[in-house]
Amino acid sequence: MTELEAGHAQGLAPVRGGSVLQRYRDVLIALIAFAVLASLPLLTGSKALLDFVIRCSAYGLFATSLNLLVGYTGLTSFGHGMFFGLGAYSFGLIMQKLGVPIPVAFVATLAITALIAAVIGAICVRLKEIYFAFVTLAFQMLIHSTILSWASFTGGDQGLRGGIPRPVFLGIDLANHVHLYIASCALLILGLLAMRQIAQSPFGYTLRMIRDNAARASFLGIDVWRAKLTVFVLAALFAAMGGMVMALFVSGAYPEFAYWTISGEGIFINMLGGVSTFLGPMVGTVLLLLLNDTVTRFTEYHGIVLGVVILFFALGLRKGLLDFVAEWFSQRRDAGEGR
Amino acid sequence: MDLDALAGCLSSSACLVTQTTSGLIIGMLLFLVAVGLTLIFGVLKVVNFSHGAFYMFGAYFAMTAYQLTGSFALAMLAGAAGTAILGLIFERVFMSRVYGADVLMQLLVCYAFVLIFDDVVRLIWGPEFKSMGMPSAFQVMPLFIAGGVVPPYYLLLIGVALVAAVVLGIGLSRSRIGKVIRAAAQNPGMVSALGINTGLIYGGVFALGGMLAGLAGALAAPVRSLTPGMGFSVLIESFIVTVIGGMGSILGALIGALLLGLIRSFGSLGFPLFTEGLMYLFMVIVLVSKPTGLFGKEAA
Repeated sequence: MTELEAGHAQGLAPVRGGSVLQRYRDVLIALIAFAVLASLPLLTGSKALLDFVIRCSAYGLFATSLNLLVGYTGLTSFGHGMFFGLGAYSFGLIMQKLGVPIPVAFVATLAITALIAAVIGAICVRLKEIYFAFVTLAFQMLIHSTILSWASFTGGDQGLRGGIPRPVFLGIDLANHVHLYIASCALLILGLLAMRQIAQSPFGYTLRMIRDNAARASFLGIDVWRAKLTVFVLAALFAAMGGMVMALFVSGAYPEFAYWTISGEGIFINMLGGVSTFLGPMVGTVLLLLLNDTVTRFTEYHGIVLGVVILFFALGLRKGLLDFVAEWFSQRRDAGEGR
Repeated sequence: MDLDALAGCLSSSACLVTQTTSGLIIGMLLFLVAVGLTLIFGVLKVVNFSHGAFYMFGAYFAMTAYQLTGSFALAMLAGAAGTAILGLIFERVFMSRVYGADVLMQLLVCYAFVLIFDDVVRLIWGPEFKSMGMPSAFQVMPLFIAGGVVPPYYLLLIGVALVAAVVLGIGLSRSRIGKVIRAAAQNPGMVSALGINTGLIYGGVFALGGMLAGLAGALAAPVRSLTPGMGFSVLIESFIVTVIGGMGSILGALIGALLLGLIRSFGSLGFPLFTEGLMYLFMVIVLVSKPTGLFGKEAA
C-alpha cells in the first residue's frame, strides 16, 4: 500500500543528486501539460469539455492535496472537505462584501484558510489513525453546521447566491468562459507543480518516514507534531484553491461544498486513482467525474453502477488504477532485467 | 439562538418531561444502532460504514411485513431477522475479503454498499417517502406524567432498547459465547488454534450488529418517515455516539447515545438551527480532552 512497498517505480536513492534534474523535468512536464490544456479551446468549441476540465481542476487540486495527507503522511482525514468549502465561502464572501480585486481576495482566502487550518490542525494531529479521522470529521461538520445556521452571513442552506463579482484584472476577465478555463488550468498546473515540489523535497521524505515509522522519525530528532501540522496547513491551502476554482465556476458557494461527503469523495478519488503515485489522485478525479457524467446519463440508479465499480477496485485490483499500472510496469521491467 | 425558550422549558415540568422522553427515544434508537457498530469494531476491527443501511432495511422490512400481515410483532421480527441474515451474507461474501487490508479498503467496500443499498431500496420500494403508521395496539390515550405527554409506544421503545442493552451486557460478560467473542476480539489467532471457527464468530457478530440496527429501524418505522438514504444521518450520529463513548465499549455506547439524544432534544429548543452543530461541538470537546472517548481503553 505504501510507496515503499509498492515496488521500485520510484527509488529512494536520488534525493540529492537527481533532485535538480527532476525539478527541471517536472517543470517541463507542467509546461507541456499547460500548453496542451490551453490549446484545447482553439481545437474544440465544446463548452461541455471545457466545463469538465474546470471541474477536474477544482476536484483535482482538492484530491491531490488530500493525498499529501493520506498517501504521503499516513494521515487519513475525513474532514479535508472543510477547507474546500472554506475556500469557496471565504472567496465568495470577500468578493461579494468587500469588492476587492480578485488576486487580493485569492491571497486573503489563503491566509484565512492557513489560520483556521493551523488552529484545527494543532488539535487534530495529536491524535492517531481512526481518532484523527473522526476528529477531523467532527470539525468539518461543525463548520458545515455553522454555515447552515449563520444564515444572515452565509445564506444558510440556500448557499451563497447572487453570483460572485469578477472584475477584470491584468486583462483577465473571469466572466469570460475561456478566460476562466485558462485560469483554472493555470491554477491546477501551478498547484500540482507546487505539491510535487513539496512531495519531492526533503520535507516530503520526512513525511514518508513519519508515515512508515513515526517513532523512528522522532528518535532521529524530527518534530513529528510540527511536520504533521505543516503538511496539514499546506494541504488545506491547496484544497482551498480547489474550492475557489469551484466557487468561480458555479459563481456561488453551497453548504454541500463543506459537507462530509466531499471528504468522502476525496478519499474515494484517491483510492480510485492510487495513493502511491503523485498523479494517482488526478487520474481518480478524471475517472470519477467521467463515471458520474456518463452513468447518470444512462440510468437513474447510478449508485448501483458506481458501487459495483468501487467494488471492482477494492476487491479486484486492491489498489488505485495508476498504482496498479505503475506496479505492473515495474514488475515487467524487473522481469526484463532478469531479476 | 433562542435561549429564552430553553430556559422556559427547563422551568416547566411538563415541557421537561416531554423533551426528556423525546431525548430518550432518540438516544435509545441511536444506542441500538451504535452498539452494533461498536461491537463490530471491537471484535472485527472494522469500521462498518454501511451500518446505517441495516437500520434502513430494518425499517423497510418491518413496514412490508406489517402491511402484509398486520402484526406488529411480526414486523419487528422481520426487521431484526431480515437484517441479521443480510449482515451475515454481507460479512461472509464481501467484508471477510478485506480483513487485514488497509482500513481505507474496508471503508471503500462499505461506501460502495451504501450507494448500492440505497439504490436497491429505491428500486424495490420507490424513491418517495413512506410511512408504516402507528400499530392499532398503540393508538391509545397517551400517558400524562407531571403534565408532560408520553405516548405509550415511546415507553415500549425505551423498554426494548433497555432489555437489549442488559441482555448484551450480561451475555458478553457471563455467557460462554460472550467469552469466546471477547477472546476472539483479543487474540483471534489463539482462539482459532483452540479449534473455534473464528469465521463463524465474525459472521455471527456482524449479523448480531446488523440485527440490532435492523431492530432499531423497525422500532423507528412507526414514528419516523421512511426514505432511501434514511440510514445516513443515523449512521453519522451513531458514529458520534461510538466515538464519544469509546470505540468497542457497550456502556460507552449507552451513555453516549443518551447524552446525544438529550443534547438533540433540548438543543432543538435553545439552538434550533445549530442542533447538529451542538453534537459535533460535544464530540470535538470529548475527543480533544480524551481521544479514546469517555469509556474507551487507551490504545496500546
